[in-house]
Amino acid sequence: MVEMIPEIHGLPMTRSCPFDPPDELSELREQAPLSRLIFPDGHRGWLVTNHALARTVLADPRFSNRNEFRHWPVERARTQTRHVPTLPGMFSRLDPPEYTRYRRLLAGQFTVRRMATLEPRITEIADACVDEMLRVGPPADLQRDFAVPIPSQMICELIGVPLEDREAFLERTNVLVDMKSTSTGSGHAWAYIHDYVRKLVAAKRADPGEDLLSGLTESDLTDEELTGAGVTLIVAGLESTANMIALGIHALLQNPDQLALLLDDMTLLENAIEELVRYQTIIHIGPFRGALEDVELEGVQVKRGEVVLVSLPAANRDPLRFDDPDRLDLRRTTTGHVGFGHGIHQCIGQQLARAELRIGYSVLLRRLPGLRVTLPPEEIAMRHDMGVYGVKSLPVEWDA
Amino acid sequence: MPDQLKIETDVDVCMGTGVCALTAPAVFTQREDDGTVIVRVATPGAELHEVTQAAAYNCPSGAIRLNVSETP
Ligand code: SF4
Repeated sequence: MVEMIPEIHGLPMTRSCPFDPPDELSELREQAPLSRLIFPDGHRGWLVTNHALARTVLADPRFSNRNEFRHWPVERARTQTRHVPTLPGMFSRLDPPEYTRYRRLLAGQFTVRRMATLEPRITEIADACVDEMLRVGPPADLQRDFAVPIPSQMICELIGVPLEDREAFLERTNVLVDMKSTSTGSGHAWAYIHDYVRKLVAAKRADPGEDLLSGLTESDLTDEELTGAGVTLIVAGLESTANMIALGIHALLQNPDQLALLLDDMTLLENAIEELVRYQTIIHIGPFRGALEDVELEGVQVKRGEVVLVSLPAANRDPLRFDDPDRLDLRRTTTGHVGFGHGIHQCIGQQLARAELRIGYSVLLRRLPGLRVTLPPEEIAMRHDMGVYGVKSLPVEWDA
Repeated sequence: MPDQLKIETDVDVCMGTGVCALTAPAVFTQREDDGTVIVRVATPGAELHEVTQAAAYNCPSGAIRLNVSETP
């Protein structure tokens, strides 16, 4: 049995097609749902590539998401940060019951109904981006001019960060998710963000506004905890949805039959977004989970302290769960996709992301007919060495 | 005979993602303050079985349990 478990060194990152996960991941999945993964620091852990097992592991309370268990599956320029305890308030790296306390406080801010009230504002921002694109272009860079401004402006408004500080944040969060950043570089970026949010928390306590951070000052969270939570939300909000907006439209434009389907029937949009999130799973390094005790998975013993890395892109292309998984099919049933993760840590901002994607795409497709990417896909620079996958830039033009 | 579906939820487990409310809005909604699940109809009719099952499967935290029983 043991000799049948495939073994690899480091998480495969090289993609033969920019829209598909690395081929090695599907090869591993064909051999076994669980592989041995030797981390660059020498840690012997595990890699999950199949959908059912991904869900099982992510929903299993015997696996921890705390920082202490972290090993990086890819080479990074900065030194490993494992065994550093989770900082106060960084709720995404906590286990219950501490995690649950934060989730309860925050979930009310991100409900389906709450997000619906933000729709007019998202539409305004998306329209303003297109106005500006029309004023200056064609051409335009869809990533810089459309995909980044919408979610970053929304998260800043929600949390209560003044808009003029957004650029400074974007610069630093980019450093944080970049695997090539040095320890010093990411240390500085980290210190900047942390310091800024700490001051912001103090300012909101003194003079609360309508925003989320002000609201949270009424909870029993300490300033330090509030700062950690604020940092977590800002970093997540700035780095994720932007990449999905641009990468998703890129994929859609590369699949003209699917785009035509959508243009013909915009009621498909909601399903289309779920499918794009499945197809382009942008979280391509992690989630990681550390075994709190010995756990048996698929007849294999995972030992206490070992890290299990779940490949969401591989799970979302599992043919046992999705027919013809490598095909973008806007009409398929996407039930159970793990594009937002799974288990108690599933993305807290997912309803906001959905609203931004839905509104973003409908504004873009309505206002810029004939939208097209001006370079062939192999010439588009991809963020393969970042914690969040996407395009570095996406040059587009449209019918003037 | 169509099966009867009875929904049970565990708010202590629920993380307030709203996936249920999005998948089956006729069946689930969320509490205003902490986003936890509220069941609108505990025994949804046959026409809602498919979306209810999808919502239960999609729920990331396993907070939704469905009891299926044959109607006599
Ligand atoms: S999908 Fe599950 S975790 Fe999310 S709100 Fe509904 S019951 Fe709670």
